[in-house]
Amino acid sequence: MERHFEEELKDLSKELLLMGSLVEGMILKAVQALVSRDDKMAREVREDDLKVDQLQLKIDEMCLTFLALRQPTAVDLRTITSAMKIITDLERMGDQAVNISESAIQENKEAPLSPFPDLPKLAGAVQKMVRGSLDAFVNKNAESAKAVCQSDDNVDDLYHKIFKELLTLMKADIENVSRGLHLILVARNLERIGDHATNIAEDVIYLVEGKDVRHHVEKV
Amino acid sequence: MSKLEVKNLNMHYGDFHVLQSVNMPIAQHEITAMIGPSGCGKSTLLRCFNRMNDLIESAKIQGEILLDEKNILVKETNLIKLRKKVGMVFQRPNPFPLSIYENVSYGPKIHGEGKKRVLLEIVQKALEDVLLWDELKDRLKDSALSLSLEQQQRLTIARLLAVQPEVLLMDEPCSALDPISTQRVEELMFQLKEKYTIVIVTHNMQQAARVSDRTGYMLLGRLVEFDETQKIFTNPKHKETEDYVTGRFG
Repeated sequence: MERHFEEELKDLSKELLLMGSLVEGMILKAVQALVSRDDKMAREVREDDLKVDQLQLKIDEMCLTFLALRQPTAVDLRTITSAMKIITDLERMGDQAVNISESAIQENKEAPLSPFPDLPKLAGAVQKMVRGSLDAFVNKNAESAKAVCQSDDNVDDLYHKIFKELLTLMKADIENVSRGLHLILVARNLERIGDHATNIAEDVIYLVEGKDVRHHVEKV
Repeated sequence: MSKLEVKNLNMHYGDFHVLQSVNMPIAQHEITAMIGPSGCGKSTLLRCFNRMNDLIESAKIQGEILLDEKNILVKETNLIKLRKKVGMVFQRPNPFPLSIYENVSYGPKIHGEGKKRVLLEIVQKALEDVLLWDELKDRLKDSALSLSLEQQQRLTIARLLAVQPEVLLMDEPCSALDPISTQRVEELMFQLKEKYTIVIVTHNMQQAARVSDRTGYMLLGRLVEFDETQKIFTNPKHKETEDYVTGRFG
């Protein structure tokens, strides 16, 4: 039986995906602004963040209305509660992309640090997690969500490697400290975005399998 | 501890296999809800618990229903005693066309209680338990038919309580009531479960979700799933249950 509110659930998914793709774009732009020393691109990230914030409010409202009027149960209920949690993570990811773009603007005021750490590699791995978690949500695929959770270790390793490299550079020459710190912040924000993608993937596993895997990823 | 235990219960109306190998425990001092589309057998199952299906000639029943570990389906079961222990509330309130007092005292009287003072005590206690005493204590001689539907439904529950049952069977007890009355009867069920074991059949899934501790989903005579209510409504194990509780089917 096709239910009259099936369309509402589809609209919700669409809006959530739109929010996700905006955030994904922000992360790309923020890192690109740093790598290609492009302040204009960095400022675009801030503009996109306003759209992301608006989408969070809109989706929140859609979820509340659905809860109040449709009294969802079972998989519908899990879809709505997962969506509410996912948009919180997406909104935070957007804020972190803004942080990265602000670091980029600061960083661009000085000559680039040499050797430049492999932030694009870290950003690529994080972006893959974000994309993977959103695809898992759309396709209701718990297996690909589990793969996202597992790839967080790789992101953490990359982050620690970059952290150490930058620390070494800063210790070697006091002139490197200001630039090094900004880059550590960038790496840190990317690593946190990976954590939020993991949260989303965990929500997807709950949505699909009804199993709450938060706080014990080793069992995934 | 299980107050009732259904074991491999099969029932036929003539050739129609209306209950198919049903197994379920019903825990004491809990509310167990039975949900499922019309004709799934949930009311039939409910009526097995005090053997009301005995009145239907074509009904044949196999299996066991244990009440306090004793099979009530054996021939030797004293049906009067059974129905005193296991009482039924119906969809539409069905007070006798007698006074409020006579409705509630009727049961104890036919079970042999003759003393007026004792009867009045029983009536008061039963009406207090269904939160009607304060409203009706000065109107005990009025006809029960003069009451509102909700009051009548509470009165029929009081009439059951007067014979000191242990299990209350409720077949769509709120379907004739408005939302406020429904809420009051649900509150009453919450209070009653401290003393009694309640089994409720309901078409209203939100009602099952609100009031029950455990829920059974029936379809075409089978008990598809039986679990804690919270699990049935957040994460049912069977696709058929999920389709029903999300409104995709039924």
